[in-house]
Amino acid sequence: MSILLNIKKGLDLNLEGQIENPEIVGELKPTLIGVCPDDFHGLIPKAEVKEGDKVLAGDALLRDKNNPQVKVVSPVAGTVKAIVRGERRKIMNIVVEADYAEEGIKAFDVNTTDRTQIIDVLAQSGLLSMMVQRPYGVVPSPDATVRDIYVMAADTAPLAPSFDVELKGKEKELAKGVEVLSHLTSGKVYVARHESVKIADIPGAEMIDVKGHHPAALPGTVIANTSPINKGEIVWTLDGVTLARIGSLFLNGKVDWQTIVAIVGSEVKTPAYIKTVVGAQVDQLLAGKLKTESDIRIISGNVLTGKAVTKEEFLRAPYTQITVIPEGSHADEFMGWASMSPSKMSVSRSFPGHFLGRRFSPDARLLGGRRAMIMSGEYESVMPMDIMPEYLIKAILSRDIDKMEQLGIYEVIPEDFALAEYVDTSKLELQKVVSEGLDFMKKETE
Amino acid sequence: MKSLKKYLDKIKPQFEPGGKLHAFQSVFDGFETFLFTPNETSKSGVHIHDSRDSKRTMIIVVLALMPCLLMGMYNAGYQNWLAAGQTEFPFWQLMGYGFFSILPAIVVTYVVGLGIEFIVAQWRGEEIQEGFLVTGILIPMICPIETPLWMLAVATAFSVIFAKEVFGGTGYNIVNIALITRAFLFFAYPASMSGDMVFIGRDSILGLGFNLPDTFTGATPLGQIATATGATQIVNINGEVTTLWDMFLGLIPGSFGETSTLCILVGALILLSTGIADWRIIVSVFVGGVVMSLIANWTATATYPASFLSVGEQLCLGGFAFAAVFMATDPVTAARTTVGKYIYGFLVGVIAILIRNYNSGYPEGAMLAVLLMNVFAPLIDYCVVQANINRRLKRIKA
Repeated sequence: MSILLNIKKGLDLNLEGQIENPEIVGELKPTLIGVCPDDFHGLIPKAEVKEGDKVLAGDALLRDKNNPQVKVVSPVAGTVKAIVRGERRKIMNIVVEADYAEEGIKAFDVNTTDRTQIIDVLAQSGLLSMMVQRPYGVVPSPDATVRDIYVMAADTAPLAPSFDVELKGKEKELAKGVEVLSHLTSGKVYVARHESVKIADIPGAEMIDVKGHHPAALPGTVIANTSPINKGEIVWTLDGVTLARIGSLFLNGKVDWQTIVAIVGSEVKTPAYIKTVVGAQVDQLLAGKLKTESDIRIISGNVLTGKAVTKEEFLRAPYTQITVIPEGSHADEFMGWASMSPSKMSVSRSFPGHFLGRRFSPDARLLGGRRAMIMSGEYESVMPMDIMPEYLIKAILSRDIDKMEQLGIYEVIPEDFALAEYVDTSKLELQKVVSEGLDFMKKETE
Repeated sequence: MKSLKKYLDKIKPQFEPGGKLHAFQSVFDGFETFLFTPNETSKSGVHIHDSRDSKRTMIIVVLALMPCLLMGMYNAGYQNWLAAGQTEFPFWQLMGYGFFSILPAIVVTYVVGLGIEFIVAQWRGEEIQEGFLVTGILIPMICPIETPLWMLAVATAFSVIFAKEVFGGTGYNIVNIALITRAFLFFAYPASMSGDMVFIGRDSILGLGFNLPDTFTGATPLGQIATATGATQIVNINGEVTTLWDMFLGLIPGSFGETSTLCILVGALILLSTGIADWRIIVSVFVGGVVMSLIANWTATATYPASFLSVGEQLCLGGFAFAAVFMATDPVTAARTTVGKYIYGFLVGVIAILIRNYNSGYPEGAMLAVLLMNVFAPLIDYCVVQANINRRLKRIKA
């Protein structure tokens, strides 16, 4: 018996540039791949390699300063080309020049059912850092006592890739992954799927069937509606792709870092799936696929939570999606607040476009000035959780630890506020606020 | 439009720090963002934003007020013509009379209010905010037509400075700015804000309308009831009976823009269909009003003559509907939680009718009810939020 979740609140953003044909149309073996430490929140990166070092796929590029066994690994075999550093020598990227001539994949000894040893293998193989620990939304800590593990086998974000494509033919890996994870928690391993995908039941997992608009298949939503996180509890979340990798690691001793990426968005000629490697360079992924080269925004991920990247940068973890939209920084729209144009996307019924049921191609403008919180009830309308978002945001802004705790900060991570940030009339940077609040909270309570 | 944008871009440096017109930067920014949607793109978080913004929200409220304003103009003329004993009511002359009698008040409130907002924005180094666009049109609409302009100026300045800017500006005020302006006028200059001398235009304007004799009086329906004993018949200036239909249409003496329940309902339709105002508040204010009117009516006594009014009359008279649709729904000063909105609205309705019935000194109960509940809204929200906190605590114990 699966658990049924019918999510009533939320919002699907109908953007132009969706994939019509759910087939993989090509394969790219990128010559350059890059790993960005910022994608592994909470991990304090220390380089494990020097420029010029030879690495195998699966060799560590980075380790966590606090938990040295937790690694971020190279997805390809090759040579470390550059360690790009920013201000105060912070590592921005580690770039690896790929060499596909030899079959260089590092093998791990996976013959174990012991919890500590499993976690050690996951940490060494770079898969632990692809998972997320709540509260705070950080890279899991190996010694945590995990209440439950939630696997998201669906993505309801705008233009997100379908897990039917991502996980096609991986039934064996998924089942093995669930079996491995079940050793890590005294609770359950939940696998959530959305009505839009056809993932079969996975033996050993507690299946959750989610219905409804985005953010129906965000881990935050699913956890809040099944078993919310209380103070002191720890929950791990991961996506179906990572689950399949865990399965393949424990079946073959090797991690398969190939991935299927959805290239989508209104500025892409023919949105499609393409097979490539984690961390592939954006320039190579998008070569010849764009309608225009100027005034565009390339997002590694979806429009709500993804990272804006340049062409020289890389596909960011954990995303399997590149969205390209207009930047709009030279739009010079005359009296946009009065516009009745049907091409304006809005949840407000004062825009005719709201009623047309069409797809939109919005640009990256804020479309208004930043204001104090004026309208009420906007955040709640798109957040299907039993929390008071406005009051939580205010508690965070005033750095009131007790209030943050009482209002449920342990239940949220920034992505849970992404839709609220989109609909906000006052254009407040909610994800940034929540992220800073979580970091503050973590620092103060540890 | 390109040339206008070019021109703005050309003069912009003069308004930036170091430029010779830097003192007017907030004014320039205000006009620039009004004319052209800012090209600023998102730097963190989501990459796309909804098209709605604070400007659109405020402008829709102003649009929703237009039927009331137009009806106010017509009614201003109508009352003057009626008082002068006319039997013919030429539409455009009536409208013209109303237009010229309200125009100075609108100009004065906008100049004073926006002037202060621009100065404060400049001083704080912030962008000008559009909250006063609504407040500035609301103030003349909820004051008697004969309110002296200097009083309007003083009251507007008082409320913008002391009820809004000292709290931090738009979005931070505790009480409704337009209502605090009216309350200031009501308590500081009672003779000019109530009684039977101020609700009907007394002078001809630019050759339109008629000069009424100094001794002329014309009380509002609630004014008549306040001075009556026992159940009373509401009459117009000429002593003819005022029907419920007249009250609904708004052809009665009263503050400029609040008399016509019909036009208020049109405004409500605009606000609700665009989702700007919260239906929970509007509905629960009316429910509260109906409940309290019924209670008052069942227990009617001659000591409190207003208690003889029917439910329909209670809802159509004295700005009750106007307060329900345009005042109680101000999101900044109303309750912000969903459950809180029902409680807040219901109490606004109850208290408005309660004050009107049982304190004849303040026939305008709706204004005081909204102000009172503005003050209590944070308490209501506190209780709702506390309930959420308690649910979370219980979960840990369970």
